[in-house]
Amino acid sequence: MSKGVLYDANKCIGCRACQVACKQWNELPAEDTVNSGSLENPPQLSAHTFTKIHFSEVEEDGDFHWIFAKRQCMHCEDPACAAACLVGALQKTEFGAVVYDDNKCIGCRYCMMACPFGIPTFEWDKRLPWIRKCTFCADRQSAGLEPACVTACPTGALKFGERDELIAEARERIAAHPDQYVDHIYGEKEVGGTSWLYLSPVPFEKLGFPTLSEHAVTINPGRAMSAVPVALIAVAALMSGTYWIIKRRNKMGEVPVEEQEEKEEVKR
Amino acid sequence: MTTLRSAFGEMKVAGRSFPVGTSIVVALAVLGLGVMIYRYLNGLGAISNLSDGRAWGLWISFDLYCGVALAAGGFTLAGAVYIFQRKKYYPVVRSAVLTAFLGYTLVILALLVDLGQPWYIWHAIIYWNPHSPLFEVALCVMTYTVVLALEFSPVVFERLNWRVPLRLIRAIQIPLVIAGIVLSTLHQSSLGTMAIMMPETLSPIWYTPILPLMFLITAIAVGPAMAIFESTLSSRAFGHKLSQDVLSGLGKVIPYILGAYLLVKIVDLVAAGEFGLVLSATPLAALWWVEVIVGVILPIILLSIPKIRQDKVKLFLSALLVVIGLIINRFAVSWLALAGRPGYTYTPHWMEFAVSVGLVAWAIIILMIANRYLPMHYHEGKWEVGDKS
Repeated sequence: MSKGVLYDANKCIGCRACQVACKQWNELPAEDTVNSGSLENPPQLSAHTFTKIHFSEVEEDGDFHWIFAKRQCMHCEDPACAAACLVGALQKTEFGAVVYDDNKCIGCRYCMMACPFGIPTFEWDKRLPWIRKCTFCADRQSAGLEPACVTACPTGALKFGERDELIAEARERIAAHPDQYVDHIYGEKEVGGTSWLYLSPVPFEKLGFPTLSEHAVTINPGRAMSAVPVALIAVAALMSGTYWIIKRRNKMGEVPVEEQEEKEEVKR
Repeated sequence: MTTLRSAFGEMKVAGRSFPVGTSIVVALAVLGLGVMIYRYLNGLGAISNLSDGRAWGLWISFDLYCGVALAAGGFTLAGAVYIFQRKKYYPVVRSAVLTAFLGYTLVILALLVDLGQPWYIWHAIIYWNPHSPLFEVALCVMTYTVVLALEFSPVVFERLNWRVPLRLIRAIQIPLVIAGIVLSTLHQSSLGTMAIMMPETLSPIWYTPILPLMFLITAIAVGPAMAIFESTLSSRAFGHKLSQDVLSGLGKVIPYILGAYLLVKIVDLVAAGEFGLVLSATPLAALWWVEVIVGVILPIILLSIPKIRQDKVKLFLSALLVVIGLIINRFAVSWLALAGRPGYTYTPHWMEFAVSVGLVAWAIIILMIANRYLPMHYHEGKWEVGDKS
């Protein structure tokens, strides 16, 4: 019962209606930016921009192509941010969204460091700063609506639905037009899978997506954390045992001078 | 440090005069405090160059990662003296525990600057996420700071001549030391666990699933090194006489621990099939070699030579290499070898340095006061107040 969104780079026209819809729904202010020589704007996700269209300029067979890729939280199946968050302010909900609770957050920013996609952002300019990121419109979804960006998309480049069904549909699209797509659904397996899925005509690294392993990044820290109780008991036992044995051995021999003095000192 | 010594010398002679060395330390401490106040009024963005692309910077690398590791003298020395009952090291245990306590206090204060919402730090106590390595870090910092305060409290009680609390603490001294060792084991390793949440951004030269173990080993190695470093300095600054036998004994164990570290480090790289990475001509490979040669191989060689261990200055410098190696390692794992987001750069703001330096200055001031007014000086079987020459 987990929701997802399928983004098809072949259908996106880079209109950025999704960007605007996101700002409207989340009541995010505009950003001051400078001309960077690209139509891509703003240059990065930020506390004021939860989603944006990334413009890749690709040359193929001597022709210039723009290939667009929407950026936002991927809503991982096994999110690093949620495992990292010491107070559990970030949670993966059963319907797919990774949601954030500012009633718990202390602003440590470990989520920002842990995220393999580089998504969570921080309100650096505020005195009382929070973490900000795409919410998958969890509030809209709970009212039976699609995410705002999906609703705004005029070409059907964004499709909201059951994640399993979207993966099946993505496979069909690739099979139907193998010449138009690379045979890779980005997000199906990356870091254990994500709610957001991507189709592209070119390899994903050309769109600026990180090349990631299929293993969730939470596996190794999970193992280390599960060893903690064992380590705790083992070290405590080892130290108590060592103390007892050495003390006993010392008693069998002679009482160390300092120890006697220490005891006397206390008595005095 | 000669300035420190002369500073203190003058202080003793002149009584009320405030010499240059002390004045600089006090000025840095006040500047740091000023920047901290400015931060609370204007937010993190006003005093730091941290960004979405580099959310952790100097404070996490220096104050948290290095601060915790450099406080390792507390649990290693307490363990050696009270658990392994090597009474020889008794004279350095008080300053080691005090340094550790100040180190941890400094970590907490730095975190109160670094956190976006420091006034909610107590959320770590009520909202538990046992899967989070940072949760383990938070609990260890809090509990171990209390343990260190209790471990050090007899020194204060002695001075105040409070016999009842003194007797109470002495009664639970061994459980306290054991708790300190357990918490340190968890805490030192958990900083490594934090970094293994970032397999995609931390360079494979440093990334390994056994990073927690590596962090623990290096912390154990740097414990005695810090004790040498800090005992040498304070014996010079505060005029304590300390037998070279004690310090050279501390130096003698370091090569064994560093040897184990080097072995684990290389076997791990080879087993992962990544040894080729350190042979490549990249800045990170160079950093790895600097860490391994300066902080591991050189100290192993130097501290294995009895003549060097018997020489105060050479022993001090060898211990300093271990400390530098550890700092390089922690900076690599938490910053230098950790890729930021594309399109961002990070150089710490001067105010970030001011906070870190200011906190260290506060620690030095408290160390000076403690050495002057508390029985920190072990002389002929008794703890004496350092203020006599």
